[in-house]
Amino acid sequence: MMQRRDLLKMIMATTGVAMVGGNALAYELKSKVPLTDTVFKSDDLLLFNEIAEVILPRTNTPGAKDVNAGLMALIIANDCYTSRERDTLVKGLHSLNKNVEKSYGSPYLLLSSIEKTEFINQLDAAAKDYNHQQNIYYLSNTPYDRESSDEKPLPHYFTLIKQLTLFSFFTSKEAATQVLRYEAVPGKYNGELDYKKGDRAWF
Amino acid sequence: MATNEYDAIVVGSGISGGWAAKELAEKGLKVLMLERGRNIEHIKDYTNAMHETWDYPHRGLPTQQMKADNPKLAREYTLNEMTSGMWANDKEHPYTEVKRFDWFRGYHLGGRSLLWGRQSYRWNAEDFTANLKDGIAVDWPIRYSDIAPWYDYVEKFAGIAGTQEGLDVLPDGQFLPPVPLNVVEKDVAKRIEKVYKGMRHLIHSRTANITQPMPEQNRVGCQYRNKCWLGCPFGGYFSTQSSTLPVAMKTGNLTVRPFSIVTKVLYDKNTKKATGVEVLDAETNLTYEFTSKIIFLNASTLNSTWIMMNSATDVWDKGLGSSSGELGHNVMDHHLAVGAHGSIEGFEDKYYSGKRPCGFYIPRFRNWGKDKRDYIRGFGYQGSASRSSWQQNVAELGIGADFKNALAEPGSWNIGMGGFGEILADHRNKVTLDKSVKDKWGLPVLSMDAELQANELRMRKDMKQDAVEILEAAGAKNVQGWDGASPIGKGIHEMGTARMGRDPKTSVLNKHNQIWDAPNVFVTDGACMTSASCVNPSLTYMALTARAAHYAVEELNKRNL
Repeated sequence: MMQRRDLLKMIMATTGVAMVGGNALAYELKSKVPLTDTVFKSDDLLLFNEIAEVILPRTNTPGAKDVNAGLMALIIANDCYTSRERDTLVKGLHSLNKNVEKSYGSPYLLLSSIEKTEFINQLDAAAKDYNHQQNIYYLSNTPYDRESSDEKPLPHYFTLIKQLTLFSFFTSKEAATQVLRYEAVPGKYNGELDYKKGDRAWF
Repeated sequence: MATNEYDAIVVGSGISGGWAAKELAEKGLKVLMLERGRNIEHIKDYTNAMHETWDYPHRGLPTQQMKADNPKLAREYTLNEMTSGMWANDKEHPYTEVKRFDWFRGYHLGGRSLLWGRQSYRWNAEDFTANLKDGIAVDWPIRYSDIAPWYDYVEKFAGIAGTQEGLDVLPDGQFLPPVPLNVVEKDVAKRIEKVYKGMRHLIHSRTANITQPMPEQNRVGCQYRNKCWLGCPFGGYFSTQSSTLPVAMKTGNLTVRPFSIVTKVLYDKNTKKATGVEVLDAETNLTYEFTSKIIFLNASTLNSTWIMMNSATDVWDKGLGSSSGELGHNVMDHHLAVGAHGSIEGFEDKYYSGKRPCGFYIPRFRNWGKDKRDYIRGFGYQGSASRSSWQQNVAELGIGADFKNALAEPGSWNIGMGGFGEILADHRNKVTLDKSVKDKWGLPVLSMDAELQANELRMRKDMKQDAVEILEAAGAKNVQGWDGASPIGKGIHEMGTARMGRDPKTSVLNKHNQIWDAPNVFVTDGACMTSASCVNPSLTYMALTARAAHYAVEELNKRNL
């Protein structure tokens, strides 16, 4: 069997990729999409991030705002959503603010964190009821539906927000490496790893 | 001025083209390999191989713009940001559909050897006699014993991880140590063995990922990243670039010409042989002729047939190889998108590390031995067990810190598997030239007219039911079967359209993959297949190609070609 040190040498020799602490150096990265290239405004981003933070708050690990999950969510909604999905989201965000005004007499951003949590909890329950009425019982966390069509019912707008939030959060570098665990080059597969409650999942 | 004369021309650079070039160049022939797309240099041009999900502008998701540009790729996983630019673009490379047909192509050096699923199984002895026994299509002109030594030969070079199982239905081969099963899969395997009393088996996948370094090929080996489709900087899996091409280049006998669309095989009526090929330069639109003693067509199943249909039309209206009336007919694939999944309890204290490039395999058990069904042939399953991650049910209730913490831990163990079923050769399933539609080079496109027939539809019922039954017997809970749409082509295992046979009246190729009507032209990609088996076909293309290449060199040396 080849020693690990020899293996690393061979990797470097054949790939030109230097291995530093198990992390490979990234190739040249594509430029990311700026918010100004989308239909969304900075107010939308602020609102989305404040909703996302209630769904996935900062604990002893980063939360939605720490990774700017809202920005990736809105970029995906702008570029990857069908116009029908995007309209549902946009209208939903507006109605959310209106409903908050009605119940609390002030916009969502001015609610206390207890009020925000109370409101989003109610919305989550309402979304579940609505989805069941549409016979939607399962949704993956990927905010892209290959089989989307005009006939297929869409889930509640809050479900779209939640889906975008989870995907944008957990696919961020911070969440993948600090909330979850990630190893760029595992080198082997262990199919019988001991597990105890609290150990983090792999990204 | 470069020469336009070679001993051999290989059309295509994918799995079979790479093998043809390697074998012929190693035997001392001056070889020209023609690739219609761009060059991709090993490692250097695997631009996304070291990218992480968070590096992509949309974290890997396809955009609506990509979808509009690639309406057919968008039907499957084939459209995403990570492999963008690898699967052939629909707009530039149109085809027409009488019935839905998924055609996913790799138009670049290495072809689909860079994008393939890597599952590598031998056909069994019955696969080669089944057509004769069942009276379906025509008999294969070869038997398992003809190909077995070539399986040995290509497995040793390509590097196939797997286990010796001693099963007639899935012959053993030359294997590297397997990619491990996990604790749940091992337990399920034991239960299946017990319940079905040794008549059904869950075994390790046999995959063209190397589990030991192959320094002689400069291949480090699988690093368990499961990013094969981005091109592997570690040479972890078999591809033209990682394996056959470097060896072929080292001989000094190989010339590779990218951006070379072969529009026809040049045919000499008097000698009844091919003299070379005509090439359209995809960048300059200039036409070139290259001549050679022998030609290997490895342009991928349907494109090799397309080239034949466009060749020697002054002699045969429907092209070179059409005299039997079978050219373009009997298109096959594997039907899939049917199976079952469930959850497994009792292993909450176990997890895994590393990302495998494969999972488990359940070899065919239907219509095998004493088993008899209301259809013929059979199917195998591919699957895996894993613990659910943050990609759990988003429609369920939950927000806040507890919700986040729960998603940060692995969830329940789940197991799932999908069937791969044999599609019979059927004359009705065909591709034809559609001259009313032209691509950007003014070339006519293919029109697809194929669908699952009665035998496949009956088989699918078992593919779903048996998957449910097996998982339940193995102790899985909440087992659910599923059966999705399975148009021909979705399996990306296109086969047939220029089948091998024993009689020039009913087949296009003879037992050495030579076109009956032009014996110095060999077709050794999926087009040559006479039937489809239910196992993944690429390993068989490798073996048939190596066999045909050695035969071609022998015949050349005897001055028979």
